[in-house]
Amino acid sequence: MTLAPPIDLAPRLTSPDPDVFAVPTGREVEWRFAPLDVFGRFFHPIEGAGSVVAGGESEFVRNVDIADLRSSWLPSDRPMAIARSLVQQAVVIEIPRGQVLVDPVTVKLIGSTAAAYQHVEINVGAFSEAVIVIDHDLDRDICGAIVVNVGDGAKLTMLSVVAGDTLAVHISHWHTTIGRDATFIGCAVTTGGSAVRISPSVSYGAPGGSAELLGVFLADAEQYLEHRIFVEHEQPHCTSRVTYKGALAGPGARTVWVGDVLVRRGATGTDTYEMNRNLLLTEGPRADSVPNLELETGDIVGAGHASATGRFDDEQLFYLQSRGIPEQQARQLVVRGFFAEVLGRLDQGELRDSMMEIISRRLGLPEEVSGNGLRGW
Amino acid sequence: MGSLVLTDLHASVVTDEGETQILKGVSLTIESRTTHAVMGPNGSGKSTLAYVIAGHPKYRVTSGQITLDGVDVLGMSVDARARAGLFLAMQYPVEVPGVSVSNFLRTSVTAIRGEAPKLRTWVKEMKGAMVALQMDPAFAERNVNEGFSGGEKKRHEILQLSLLNPKFAVLDETDSGLDVDALRTVAEGVNAFREQSAAGVLLITHYTRILQYIKPDFVHVFVDGRIVKSGGADLANALESEGYEQFAPASA
Repeated sequence: MTLAPPIDLAPRLTSPDPDVFAVPTGREVEWRFAPLDVFGRFFHPIEGAGSVVAGGESEFVRNVDIADLRSSWLPSDRPMAIARSLVQQAVVIEIPRGQVLVDPVTVKLIGSTAAAYQHVEINVGAFSEAVIVIDHDLDRDICGAIVVNVGDGAKLTMLSVVAGDTLAVHISHWHTTIGRDATFIGCAVTTGGSAVRISPSVSYGAPGGSAELLGVFLADAEQYLEHRIFVEHEQPHCTSRVTYKGALAGPGARTVWVGDVLVRRGATGTDTYEMNRNLLLTEGPRADSVPNLELETGDIVGAGHASATGRFDDEQLFYLQSRGIPEQQARQLVVRGFFAEVLGRLDQGELRDSMMEIISRRLGLPEEVSGNGLRGW
Repeated sequence: MGSLVLTDLHASVVTDEGETQILKGVSLTIESRTTHAVMGPNGSGKSTLAYVIAGHPKYRVTSGQITLDGVDVLGMSVDARARAGLFLAMQYPVEVPGVSVSNFLRTSVTAIRGEAPKLRTWVKEMKGAMVALQMDPAFAERNVNEGFSGGEKKRHEILQLSLLNPKFAVLDETDSGLDVDALRTVAEGVNAFREQSAAGVLLITHYTRILQYIKPDFVHVFVDGRIVKSGGADLANALESEGYEQFAPASA
């Protein structure tokens, strides 16, 4: 575990103007782990870069001209500000007030050029319930945001999948504002790309909100996966739970998990807990795990964090093998089980299974699929 | 008729501090349809014997051999030994978070039998085996050994014994930590297995208590890494009244 610098208690700098943010050099706390040579392509405007659109429009999903987008979100770093200023189209997902959707809304995002900017705006009306699955484009280099507004008393479960056997570069910021007594369950499933940086953040617009941020990630040789979480409690009686698990295999596999939780002075009655566990499957990978918790008030229900990075447990392997299960299959079972503890928190059985399926495929389970690196570890 | 044969087996445990010899020449032949009890004091190396037969990577065999029906076992991987017909009921079964008992059992049975059991007959078979061991069917949905009580862990081991149906089973202190009721249930499970199969059983225990329920054909006294005395079931009674002190190594 890396020692955490304290969270900057000042409000985060936000601006629509890219030049308000200096070009990262790698010395900044928030860029110190990242491979800037790879992400650097998004530090300056990319000429001719197109936009991300939804693969199919539906009752709830529209592609709109950026001029017609109403959004109060402001970028908080240079790549996001560039993407916001250059993106030409936005994907808007709107769940009307009071609607309770039975089936998940699945949105396949597609970039129009080899490098593309993204803006997705999701508005979940008051007292509605929905499950939204965002399938990110990992065939192209993407930079941009997903902005989510969960209305009062609404419940949104959002799965955001960054998976695929490609070498894409991906930077995205997912910001969610949670309304009064609303519930947000966000789950990141990140297995693909060569360098991926995802920044999920949560703020509460009113008291009584609840956020559960889940994440599973698998990094293979020479793959960089970063998740940078920021939960800002500024309203009373809100809860947050952050549970991320990662597995790494192969030389040069690299993951970074940063969990910043800030409890502001007025956020009395806050209940927060964050946890990250990483499993090193082979020699050679590196996992950084940096939980940060800053409290401006002691008048809370609870606050805690846990972080652990460990090696594969050989006793589990022996136990399964002693029951006839071949070594590779036994290893895969253990890793699948490791992730099942996170995905098991999703209520939707079918979605849980399909997310598990992505993990299994990445691990080389079942036998007939996938031919990439994690198979052989 | 098959046999599991241990010949002059020497083995050491490998730790960060180095290697310590534990087994100092164990020779034992177990025929099908026979039950051997190996009894010994704490630290005598009897659990090591169990692990070495199963192939735990922490132990290194320095000399001697193990054969199953004449085939060399020591050259086999842990899983190959299990598929060849060896089973170890562990003293401390390992928790495997996130893997359900039903998934684990089905994967294991598929590996051992060489083909996946038909789903319909499999569920029936698994439930039947659980009922016989007085296990709640809801047990199948729990994660392997996670949060199990001592008794539940041992029942789960015997459940696997009955479903995997090995040629030779090593039961490592299956009686430890069980109350009388749980012990009786577990012993009935072992006895049912003995009646239904032609397997040979190696029962490793510290106490004679379990031998009241599972009658051995042979009893061996295990002290300081080797068998120091062998006899029939009555040898256990002598141990019960006189203890292990009479067999203490001369150096102690």
